[in-house]
Amino acid sequence: MISKIVSGLDEAVSGISDGAVVMIGGFGRAGQPVELIDALLAHGAKDLTVINNNAGNGDTGLAALLAARRVRKMICSFPRQVDSQVFDGLYRAGEIELELVPQGNLAERIRAAGAGIGAFFTPTGVGTALAEGKETREINGRQYVLEYALPADVALVSALRADRWGNLVYRKTARNFGPIMAAAAATTVVQVDEIVELGAIDPESVVTPGIYVNHVVAVGERAWLREGEFVGAVSTEGAAS
Amino acid sequence: MTTRISRDALAARVARDIPEGAVMNLGIGAPTRVANFLPDGLEVILHTENGMLGMGPEPEPGRVDPDLINAGKQPVTEQAGSAYFHHADSFAMMRGGHLDVCVLGAFQVSERGDLANWSTGAADSIPAVGGAMDLAIGAKQVFVMTDLFARSGEPKLVRECSYPLTGVRCVTRIYTDHAIFDVSPSGLSVTELFGDNTIEELRELTGLDLVDATTFSPSDRSHA
Repeated sequence: MISKIVSGLDEAVSGISDGAVVMIGGFGRAGQPVELIDALLAHGAKDLTVINNNAGNGDTGLAALLAARRVRKMICSFPRQVDSQVFDGLYRAGEIELELVPQGNLAERIRAAGAGIGAFFTPTGVGTALAEGKETREINGRQYVLEYALPADVALVSALRADRWGNLVYRKTARNFGPIMAAAAATTVVQVDEIVELGAIDPESVVTPGIYVNHVVAVGERAWLREGEFVGAVSTEGAAS
Repeated sequence: MTTRISRDALAARVARDIPEGAVMNLGIGAPTRVANFLPDGLEVILHTENGMLGMGPEPEPGRVDPDLINAGKQPVTEQAGSAYFHHADSFAMMRGGHLDVCVLGAFQVSERGDLANWSTGAADSIPAVGGAMDLAIGAKQVFVMTDLFARSGEPKLVRECSYPLTGVRCVTRIYTDHAIFDVSPSGLSVTELFGDNTIEELRELTGLDLVDATTFSPSDRSHA
C-alpha cells in the first residue's frame, strides 16, 4: 500500500541536512508552511539556502528561521517589506547572502527544474542590472536573457488537503508557489489542513498530482486562519473535494 | 505655478481609458486606486500576480480571508468567474502577452519609454524587484501613473533614466498629475493637459522636446 502520510511534523522534516537547498512555498503569509518551518527550526539544520518569494514577515515562520541564523543565503524576488526587519538587519550586517530574481523568472526557473529544462531564454530583465553578466540572444527580433533552472533538495509546501498518494488541492491564492516547488525538489514535504480518503478528491480537481509529493503531514486547520483581524467568515470548503 | 490634479482624479482619468473586457493588472500603491473608479457595468478582469484572475474589491470587515490576498498582500475577494493558478502560470500570462493593460508606478520614465521603478540604487537600500520587470515587458499596454515631479522637484520624465532600469522601451503612456504623455517614435507627445498647464511650461520644467498632440482646446478641458 502506498502511503506518503507521516504522523508528525518532526518526522516530516527529519531528512533535511545541513547545507540543504530548501524551497519554502508561500507569498507573504498565504501558503507559507508555518508549521513545517517551525519543525525545521526545531530540527536544527543550518547553513541552508532558502528559496521563497519573500524573506520573512514579522518574527514567525521564515523570519524565525532567519533570526536563528540557520540560513546562509536567500534566493527571492521581494525581500523588502514593511515587516521584513529580521532579514533587513541580517542583510545590512552582511550576515546573509541574497540572490535577487525577478518574480516571474524565479517562478519559471523553479518550473523548469521540475520539468527537466536546463535553462530558458526570457525577455524579463533584459537591459537591467539583474541580467548583467548573463548570456543574451536575439530571437525573432527580440532580446532575451538566459536563466537557469533552480532545483532544490527539499520543498516545504502548504496545501488544503491531500490523500495518501499525495494528490493535493490548495486554497485560493495560497496555491502560489506550491505546485511548481513540489515538482522542483528532490524531496517534497507537504503540510495540509486535512487528509482525506483515497478517491475523495475529484481527479479533475487535483492540482498537484501525488507523483511530486513524498511526505504529507496533517496539521489541522491552520490556527492563524481565524486569528486577530482575520476572525470569522473563513470557509475551507472552497476547493473541490 | 502649474496645475496638479489629485491622485484620485488621476486614477479616475486612467480608469476612463480602460476598455470593456480588458484583462488588467494594477501595480502596488497608487495604481491600485484605478479599480475604485472603473464605471459600474464595465466588465474588466483584474489579474493579481500571486495567482488569480477575477479579483474583487477588499472584503467587508470580519470577512477577511488570509488565503485570499493581492500582490500587495492586502485582503481581496473573489468575483463570479474568478480563477486561481500557480505562480509560473501567472507570470506566463504576463510574459506571454496575455494581459491587455498594466498600470505601474515609476521613479523615472525616459523619453524612449524605458522604465525605472524598482530601485533607487541607494547603497543602503534592500533591493526588491518582485513582479515589476515581468509586468513591464509583458502587458500589451504599459501605463505609468505617477506625479510628474519627485518630492525633490526633479522631473520623473527624463532623457535617460539614472535609476536602475525595470524594462527597456516598454512604457506606452504616462499619466501624470500635470498631463498625459504618449511614448511615440519621435519622443514623448503630450495628449492631454490638465488645468491651465501649457506645453511650453512642461517643456521648460522637464527640459524635454515634447510633441504637442493635444486634441482639446483649453475650453474643452473642464473635465480635468
